[in-house]
Amino acid sequence: MANVYFDHNSTTTIRPEVLSAMLPFMQSQHGNPTSRHVFGRNARDAVEAARAQVAKAVGVQASQVVFTSGGTEANNFAVHGITAGSARNGFDKGQILTSAVEHPCVSKPALALQAHGWVAKSIPVDESCRVKIDALEALLHVSSSLVSVMLANNETGAMQDIAQIVTLARTQKVAVHTDAVQALGKMDVDFNALGVQAMTISSHKIGGPQGAGALVLDKRVDIEPLLYGGGQERGLRSGTENVAAIVGFGAACELAISGLQSYREKTAALQAKLDADLRAMGANIFAADANRLPNTTFFAFPHIEGETLVTALDKAGFAVASGSACSSNSGEPSHVLLAMGVTEDLARGAVRVSFGSNNTAQEVDGFLITLQQEVARLKQYSAIAA
Amino acid sequence: MTTGRKPIYLDYSATTPVDPRVAAKMIPFLTEDFGNPASRSHAYGWVAEEAVENARNEVAKLVGADPREIVWTSGATESNNLAIKGAAHFYAPTKGKHIITVATEHKAVIDPVRELEREGFEATFLEPDANGLVSLEKFKAAIRPDTVLASVMFVNNEIGVIQDIEGIGNICRENNIIFHVDAAQATGKVKIDLEKLPVDLMSFSAHKTYGPKGIGALFVRRKPRVRIEAQMHGGGHERGMRSGTLPTHQIVGMGEAFRIAREEMDTENERIRMLRDRLLKGLSEIEETYVNGDLVHRVPHNLNMSFNYVEGESLMMAVKDIAVSSGSACTSASLEPSYVLRALGRSDELAHSSIRFSIGRFTTEADVDYTIKLMKEKIAKLRELSPLWEMFKDGVDLSKVEWAAH
Repeated sequence: MANVYFDHNSTTTIRPEVLSAMLPFMQSQHGNPTSRHVFGRNARDAVEAARAQVAKAVGVQASQVVFTSGGTEANNFAVHGITAGSARNGFDKGQILTSAVEHPCVSKPALALQAHGWVAKSIPVDESCRVKIDALEALLHVSSSLVSVMLANNETGAMQDIAQIVTLARTQKVAVHTDAVQALGKMDVDFNALGVQAMTISSHKIGGPQGAGALVLDKRVDIEPLLYGGGQERGLRSGTENVAAIVGFGAACELAISGLQSYREKTAALQAKLDADLRAMGANIFAADANRLPNTTFFAFPHIEGETLVTALDKAGFAVASGSACSSNSGEPSHVLLAMGVTEDLARGAVRVSFGSNNTAQEVDGFLITLQQEVARLKQYSAIAA
Repeated sequence: MTTGRKPIYLDYSATTPVDPRVAAKMIPFLTEDFGNPASRSHAYGWVAEEAVENARNEVAKLVGADPREIVWTSGATESNNLAIKGAAHFYAPTKGKHIITVATEHKAVIDPVRELEREGFEATFLEPDANGLVSLEKFKAAIRPDTVLASVMFVNNEIGVIQDIEGIGNICRENNIIFHVDAAQATGKVKIDLEKLPVDLMSFSAHKTYGPKGIGALFVRRKPRVRIEAQMHGGGHERGMRSGTLPTHQIVGMGEAFRIAREEMDTENERIRMLRDRLLKGLSEIEETYVNGDLVHRVPHNLNMSFNYVEGESLMMAVKDIAVSSGSACTSASLEPSYVLRALGRSDELAHSSIRFSIGRFTTEADVDYTIKLMKEKIAKLRELSPLWEMFKDGVDLSKVEWAAH
């Protein structure tokens, strides 16, 4: 059985260089970075070196990087922390505007804050997954505390025009957060060029380990912590630093940036091949008109269930996703596709392929052959059922 | 180090090395078995999910819980925040807004409680007795009709004393108070049986028990069911109580660490007790030393001692050949004397000149003997230079001396 992994937006394999950077911190270098003895100082040095690597990858100073346990925590921290910070500064509890295609770890904390006096509103998107700028403009007429729009969508790979969103929000003096978890390592991510006040990134989507992420902050933003305690991360995120994972995250950032050009070229070539053949086979490719990440294609065949197709593909040795991993146990059609106006029936057929830099053209060829067979087989069944 | 050798590690309460068996179990999940446990559509995800559930069983087994009562977090700090803020917010509307905790808790308990105070809750920070233990009478007296939550740590991180969790838990049950226990320093050191212990929420950490950093768990009782408001929202992982991709390798590491703890703690703790008692005996031969905290209700791993008539910072500088901590690691960057020792009624001077020795799995008898010898030498040297020591030896009662201001 072929064993081909096409689910890199869910999680990635760890690069060997990353693993070797981490191993000493899982073994002999075991200090707690807060300890003052040599074990602690070595751990502290490693964390700070990684912070510099992460900062460099997104064009900021090391002191702007706050390490967290991952993207989910960083997104929760941003939404909770910026709104709480504005309330503590005496501002009214306004709207929290999140795009209709955000990952739930942005939209759900916003909804949870409704119980504490804020109002969560969803910014609609067009059929290509892009935020409707005029709709955002209209929403901003009511007092708002935060706008959060992801840089690139995890399911469709569609990129948003964050700079334009920032320009609009700035006229109303509203802070902007962007979830760049899927963007980092796949496109240019320059914090200052984006102009946002906060940005989330994650380690395990770029060849680093699970268990580390960061919130990158504009120094002028007032933010309250999500976790209180020992005062690590300059009081913004308490808890003993996950030294090994942070070291791995730093190493992964460095590799992701140095390899970005070749990553883009390689995955874009695979994507072009995949997309052309999918179209020829009669598939709908979602957000096809948007600027998309070079590694991501989200598609569906009419009348073919995505879950069924994904299971068949897995048996044939191809690991793909039927939606985002986090919601893939829910059985609900993708909220992203529904927000784009895709019908529920077609949305149930959705399959996501997300490449990594190690995938090859041969793997894509093999995948397409299998896909063609499976689609033909399943079409027969659905014809019988109909 | 001039010798080029690492100092002897006696700071196991700050963090433990990862046991080599734990590291070996983790590494495959960083390489071939790298899937996201939430991926339901392929075998990479299933393998990761199975590993996560096996680890959950191991964690549950060590503490006598049902695996369904274990929620993964990024560590004990997050567990404490989730338990305290989560339960306080959930139960405040029906019960009230008063919280009882202890002045000697870890900052990861005290600071979330302080945050709740800013939100309008009221908190009582109980002062323990001079031995570090909370008296049940004092605890009872602090209860109000609107007391919603109590949080008391199982084992203190600085002085190692073990609180009467069963006694306090029973009082909480009688008064319909949600009871949270920070057990970060307890796993593998004291027997925990949550089937019997009247505790509603309990925080755990892996890296204090030979597991990796960045992973912990919260026990949330099912019978009677305890509810908490999630602090991290998202993909709905961990039955909605804690969203976020599960770091499989770290979870596997925690499971293996807790399995080893369950199987080996009885024999290991006896060995560690012998070492600690040897250390205590050796250091007690030095004049004017004081053990901080009760010696009976205490984990065998901990010895916290104050050395009178030596200055704290000079002492730490002098004993660089051993890696120990003065105060807890989390506050040792500041020069404030330990708030835990002050809560026991220790003077600032004695608090400043305290050292926490914490012994663990890889400590040897030779390490202990070296430490005793080093401490004896260095303290003698420091005292030789100390005018206070000279006055003390001359019989001057230093508490009655009126110092000139300058």
